[in-house]
Amino acid sequence: MQALYAQLLVGLINGSFYALLSLGLAVIFGMLNIINFAHGALYMMGAFVAYFLLEYAGIGYWWALLLAPLAVGAFGMILERTMLQWLSGLDHLYGLLLTFGMALVIQGLFQNYFGSSGLPYAIPDQLRGGVNLGFMFLPIYRGWVVIFSLVICLLTWYLIERTRLGAYLRAATENPTLVRAFGINVPRMITLTYGLGVGLAALAGVLSAPINQVRPLMGADLIIVVFAVVVIGGMGSIMGSIITGFALGIVEGLTKYFYPEASNTVVFVLMVLVLLVKPTGLTGRAN
Amino acid sequence: MKKLITALVLGGAVCFAGGGTASAQDKTVKIGVLNDQSGLYADIGGPGSVLAAQMAVEDTGFKAKGWTIDVIAGDHQNKPDVGANIARQWFDVDKVDIIVDVPNSGVGLAVNNVVKEKNGVYINSGAATSDLTNAQCSPNTVHWTYDTYALAHTTGGALVKAGGDTWFFLTADYAFGAALERDTTAVVTAAGGKVVGGVKHPINTSDFSSFLLQAQASKAKVIGLANAGGDTSNSIKQAAEFGIVAGGQKLAALLLFITDVNALGLNVAQGLNFTETFYWDLNEGTRAFAKRFQERMRNKAMPTMDQAGVYAGVLHYLKVLDAMGGNPHDGAKVVAAMKATPTDDPLFGKGEIRGDGRKMHPAYLFEVKKPSESKGPWDYYKLIATVPADQAFTPLADSKCPLLKK
Repeated sequence: MQALYAQLLVGLINGSFYALLSLGLAVIFGMLNIINFAHGALYMMGAFVAYFLLEYAGIGYWWALLLAPLAVGAFGMILERTMLQWLSGLDHLYGLLLTFGMALVIQGLFQNYFGSSGLPYAIPDQLRGGVNLGFMFLPIYRGWVVIFSLVICLLTWYLIERTRLGAYLRAATENPTLVRAFGINVPRMITLTYGLGVGLAALAGVLSAPINQVRPLMGADLIIVVFAVVVIGGMGSIMGSIITGFALGIVEGLTKYFYPEASNTVVFVLMVLVLLVKPTGLTGRAN
Repeated sequence: MKKLITALVLGGAVCFAGGGTASAQDKTVKIGVLNDQSGLYADIGGPGSVLAAQMAVEDTGFKAKGWTIDVIAGDHQNKPDVGANIARQWFDVDKVDIIVDVPNSGVGLAVNNVVKEKNGVYINSGAATSDLTNAQCSPNTVHWTYDTYALAHTTGGALVKAGGDTWFFLTADYAFGAALERDTTAVVTAAGGKVVGGVKHPINTSDFSSFLLQAQASKAKVIGLANAGGDTSNSIKQAAEFGIVAGGQKLAALLLFITDVNALGLNVAQGLNFTETFYWDLNEGTRAFAKRFQERMRNKAMPTMDQAGVYAGVLHYLKVLDAMGGNPHDGAKVVAAMKATPTDDPLFGKGEIRGDGRKMHPAYLFEVKKPSESKGPWDYYKLIATVPADQAFTPLADSKCPLLKK
């Protein structure tokens, strides 16, 4: 029984990464209608920027939490301005192919210079060590990841669903022409939204740097699972992706305990089941 | 697609039949380096193995003696079917004579069968499974660098001797992990130890916390990591995080490469014991090679033992071909000659290739240095013990290799 609690908690920790990444994907899909396959590569870039900041500028983890998402977000906005914006109104497939290609190029470049086995990034001193919860030893850093990503997820949800800015954004997705007529710069809002989604990915990258190796393929390994999370949660649904992210982390954690060999397929089995029963995803609405 | 493959195979078969008549004076050789060029194991072999093969070709100086030697590369993506298909195409269409490297035991075994069927030469450096020279040995195969038997006996044996008599395994769920767990279990139980449990994880897992918690709960004295590359470095990094080593359990990195240690950093990796058959800083010969290699490597990494094995293997192969006076394009014949000729190269020293295809050289038990002991980048290992070749690898008496029963 104790082991079960431990697995639930560990699942929740992995779920926080799924939630942060799928949230970024959901924001981008919901607002821009782009299936952002470059999300994993941008997550990886977040981790690498944290590494560069520490290695070449002596800037530590805490600043990296702020600076890396800003830097990678800005990079994302450049991508949107120079490439993605030309695809608006076209079939999803074009965006998917373009972003997939971008991901391959970015990952290839990093792999060329840094190899595949990755670079070390230490846990910040303040979050070292762990606490004994009785049923498990919880590293403080993992606890921090859960709480911090939960806060970020809820803030993002609040920003989009409950503020005036979010209302403009949602309106712009529904009817860009009408919103423009009110004097709102819709293309700029779209660019900023893409930057926000990308920033969330980079933030997840910084959070993951001390746990996983900082390596060029870290995002490629994760992104497929995250897409499954988004599909299960319902494409474009903000709250859906957050809840599904955490929930699937737990399901995967339990699988690792009961039948580890299936731990990397369980999410896809669930995806198939959900699509069979409810093709729009758990919280998605039919168009 | 099926039609294309059939056409390739048929066309290749015709060409192959024609190729057999080439004279012994033929001085052309085509070397295919087949490995993971872009994924989990790319730093262990990858483009570095291609460079090592090219350096071996250059160092022979045979081009000046009229030889034409080409080196080509293929990416098997860690998939046995992809690897076997590339190998087939190389023999049938591209007229490759020899396939080298092939890490990932699953792919390594698949290619072993293809090379035998096509009567090519196979110098495996990267795969770990001891089956390549045991139950599945082949007259066309040389297994150069290391194997699961050597890893299990050197690292496993040392840890059991030091009091680690209960083990829990974290095993990569494919041929390699299974072989390494099997061979290590044999060592542990033979020494009176006990395996109290284990968990099989999918290859290329990024989060090991669930598995590590199970290992922690098992209370085993030693946690044996029967995995490789990024899987091993992630396990070690996360084990430190979960206080496993601090809690008194010992990690056995059964297979660790220098690129993994570099990726982990000495802070996390210090104190780990593990086995390799090559380290760049062993002697003058290894240092000279490593320096030349590092200068030409695109990410300025030091050579791994896998890449060193590719270099030494290609060197021996070419020397034997030259002594034969030309390339007979007959794999079994060339491998027989390679076995009859003692090996000598600056990286592994003097040695021999046994009848079962096992290349014999010493294995070294290393310990990762503390950050304070390291003099600079890539200065990572302390030599703890040298295990002579005849103790490091499977004794012939225990081998099930059919080639030995004559």
